[in-house]
Amino acid sequence: MPVRIMKPQEVARYSIDKKPLFILDVRNEDAFTDWKIEGESIEYLNIPYFDLLDGVDDIKGKLPKDRDILVVCAKEGSSQMIAEMLSEEGIKVSYLEGGMKAWSEYLELVKVGTLKSGGELYQFVRLGKGCLSYMVIDAGKAAVIDATRMTDVFFNFAKEKGVTIEHVFDTHLHADHISGGRVIAEATGANYYLPSQDAEEVVFDYHKLADGLCITVGETSIEAVFSPGHTSGSTSFVVDEAYLLTGDILFIDSIGRPDLAGMADDWVGDLRTTLYNRYQQLSEDLLVLPAHFMEMKEVNVDGSVAMKLSTLFSENHGLQVEDENEFRTLVTENLPPQPNAYQEIRKTNMGVLTPDDETQREMEIGPNRCAVR
Amino acid sequence: MGRRNRITPVDELAGIGGSDVIKTEHILDAKGLACPMPIVRTRKAMNDLFSGDILEVLATDNGSTADIKAWAASSGHAYLGTETEGDVLHHFMKKDSANVEVKQEVPVIKLDTFLRKLEQDSSLVIIDVREVKEYNEAHIPGAIHFALGEIETSMHELNKSEDIYLICQTGRRSGIAGIQLAENGFKHVYNVVPGMTEWKKKQTKGEINYDNSYSNYRSKWRTF
Repeated sequence: MPVRIMKPQEVARYSIDKKPLFILDVRNEDAFTDWKIEGESIEYLNIPYFDLLDGVDDIKGKLPKDRDILVVCAKEGSSQMIAEMLSEEGIKVSYLEGGMKAWSEYLELVKVGTLKSGGELYQFVRLGKGCLSYMVIDAGKAAVIDATRMTDVFFNFAKEKGVTIEHVFDTHLHADHISGGRVIAEATGANYYLPSQDAEEVVFDYHKLADGLCITVGETSIEAVFSPGHTSGSTSFVVDEAYLLTGDILFIDSIGRPDLAGMADDWVGDLRTTLYNRYQQLSEDLLVLPAHFMEMKEVNVDGSVAMKLSTLFSENHGLQVEDENEFRTLVTENLPPQPNAYQEIRKTNMGVLTPDDETQREMEIGPNRCAVR
Repeated sequence: MGRRNRITPVDELAGIGGSDVIKTEHILDAKGLACPMPIVRTRKAMNDLFSGDILEVLATDNGSTADIKAWAASSGHAYLGTETEGDVLHHFMKKDSANVEVKQEVPVIKLDTFLRKLEQDSSLVIIDVREVKEYNEAHIPGAIHFALGEIETSMHELNKSEDIYLICQTGRRSGIAGIQLAENGFKHVYNVVPGMTEWKKKQTKGEINYDNSYSNYRSKWRTF
């Protein structure tokens, strides 16, 4: 029985469309516990490949007959070996091409909407890590917001659409993933915007974001709204007066954590003000587009991660805390573990560290942890 | 890829210098191999060893550290540690010794401090626990060679009440050797760090100057 190779984009369909899948994850237990391919209809079995070297007899009975089976490992090699062993036993299985490494780097492209002038807004959903990037396209021009380091995806898409990237924004200095912003800006000659409060240690030239700054892409407006709290410079963007890009301040089912630059107590007040005052002044009809999602249930049926601000005001737990002290406790005492290598990632985004590609990959391994719930 | 993956029992050394010590150092070269091969080879190599033997696995796959650790735990071997030299990872394991306590710390002495001490007292007992090849390339005059894997079988040749200074390339292997000695009742064991990497640099710069009067010290131990 031949072994099938499954590409990350096929796995994305199982993940987004909630198609039943059985994942045999052959990485070691720590890696599996830390992060895995998520999906609401995915079942899992985690057995390290080195426990299967003598044969797969022990697990044959544990594999379902009524759903597709995918063998997954870190980089591909072990899953291929185990998949071949299973296949020799007459079991139909696939293995994930490129392993979790490829899964972590895969971006699912979703069109969020058509803009007033006829332009388009796209979301790049990094399913493996929960990062969201955006491209605003209008009249042959484009702006990229919160780009990941897989910059080819943005270059290729811009080329496919026949647009020139003129502006690159980061809502804040990211601590959980390496930004592709600077690379894109340098390659295209675009302006790279960062909040200056986050960029004190940055070693390259950039344009400063300020509250009320308005940039146009074609005829589409992108307006900066100063919204500190996750970092001291965190800035949101209102695109085309219809979309609110919240960065790491407000997510679908959670709110930003204030501690990744080591300032939880200082910044919790800012976070409160942004969420409970600043955002209240905006139109409730804005469609919120965050920079992250944490769980697959935050992903809409069409693969996008987006929700009306009005819905979040009534449903997001982090926006329901009337008492300020209670809020303070919520965001300073319920903090999840900090992301893998977050200090090094921040330094890389400042340009202070310049790790090679392989090191960058290793630094980003693991789940996203930018929220408090 | 043209790489040979092999286990090297360093038995060609047995008998040299009149020693009747059985060498038990085993090295598996898994450099350039991607997962799962380093573990597949390690497992195979381990099968050919005796309980208590130490296996050193050379690998370049970064994921191998976590996997070796997890594999050792699941198969009852002790994971002793990993030493990094450039791009190469040196993983050390002890067969069937999962319950061996390796947490014990060995006192560390800085190379500079140690060298000053040595200038004053050329009779210090220095044990170089690197591979014989490494030892032959360069070693501190007077240093006795016991590869890491030989420590257990050779330690009876040492005096438990004497000060013993252990050295390797970076301090990792000598640390492991120190634990083994301490476990066997050696009271005054010191790990010299950062080891021969630094010593060789100093030597190149001409910073190492002793009279050679002690260079044949205890040469009866090994004559390479």
